[in-house]
Amino acid sequence: MQCDSAFEMLDAYLDGELAPENSAVIREHLNMCTRCSAQIADTARLQHALRAARRHFVPSSEFRRRIQKQVAHSQRRTWILPRVPMAAAMAAMAIFVFLWAGHRQTSDAIAEIADLHVNALASANQVDVVSTDRHTVKPWFQGRIPFTFNLPEFSGTDFTLVGGRMAYFHQQPGAQIIVSMRQHKVSVLIFQESTGMEREFPRTTAVDRRTSFGMETWQSEKLRFVLVSDADPSGIDNLARLFKEANQ
Amino acid sequence: MDAEFFEAAALPLFDQLYNLAHWLTGDRADAEDLVQETYAKALKGIKTFQEGTNFRAWMYRILRNTFLTSCSGLRVQNTVYLEDEEGDGAVPAHSVTPESVTLQLENSTAVTDAIAALPIIYREVVLLSDIEELSYKEIAQVLAVPIGTVMSRLSRARNLLKQALAVHPTGRSPYAV
Repeated sequence: MQCDSAFEMLDAYLDGELAPENSAVIREHLNMCTRCSAQIADTARLQHALRAARRHFVPSSEFRRRIQKQVAHSQRRTWILPRVPMAAAMAAMAIFVFLWAGHRQTSDAIAEIADLHVNALASANQVDVVSTDRHTVKPWFQGRIPFTFNLPEFSGTDFTLVGGRMAYFHQQPGAQIIVSMRQHKVSVLIFQESTGMEREFPRTTAVDRRTSFGMETWQSEKLRFVLVSDADPSGIDNLARLFKEANQ
Repeated sequence: MDAEFFEAAALPLFDQLYNLAHWLTGDRADAEDLVQETYAKALKGIKTFQEGTNFRAWMYRILRNTFLTSCSGLRVQNTVYLEDEEGDGAVPAHSVTPESVTLQLENSTAVTDAIAALPIIYREVVLLSDIEELSYKEIAQVLAVPIGTVMSRLSRARNLLKQALAVHPTGRSPYAV
């Protein structure tokens, strides 16, 4: 491999953007080439230093309020529907209620889970227990929830444990684990399976149409697991696999 | 429903959008205008957002395009954007950082100054990649360029940063910023 033409490849390798076969070529080259090794080490250190630019500029609280108002205001405005004759409106509503009742149970549960995810992310304290160490996060839930679960090992994966918090679903306490994947956050919600839950949750991956969050849910032993995130479906899938393996 | 979706999905991006806007414009008032306009345009165009695609990349794309058509954006475009990307004389081509050179990375002011001094096409790509952690594919969507262009711009951007942050034995930076 020609070193001089490979800078982009080195960057892409470091960013995990190369196909496996190309990664292998670069890895082999790095073993022999001190110049490229030094180069890639420098880039990695630079990337780390660039974190200084994150949240470097903080919006004023006055401006934050202004945007919140702008967005909330527009929402109210869209609710003012063009005036339609009352009878037509009533008929439309009757049809809507009829159709909606059938889907309500499923979509209610999905929406409630999506809300838990959004609430956690919007909260000033995203997590009650902050730790990247699963051996800290898991014991924290002892005595707070009436069941135990296992956390997978995240080292060597795309995922980083952010922490955990208490969550309530149908008034039942459960665990909400926040995991980050790049800049995406994933909530892993764990509750005791109760009667009717099976009907409320779809069998396979679902997307909450309201928020377009992706969701994956399954039952293991007596526990119900729900993953929700704006990350791409394959990412959610990989994380789901880790949790399934840890909780077999 | 669209407006509700928009509020739930777009408001959590506020801090990131502002940070990015301020990095692009270099000014608080301009950044605020840019963010406000981005939200207004996004809300108006929410119907064109395709469910299942990346919402964050979609918002960044609006922000970036709004910036380019704003006054401050047009100013930088006139000076930098129209230069020939591959052979622009103002920007040194790839050069390996000599091993004797150390990078001044502990000094976060030096790091942020170096980012601010990058020409806009390199600044935006490094912000999207290393600060916002978008994938190459997402960056390509935001910038509307092929992934290969993302790769070469990003590689060059990082190289420029290294040169700006290099401390030579003489104690002077060779790359005046």
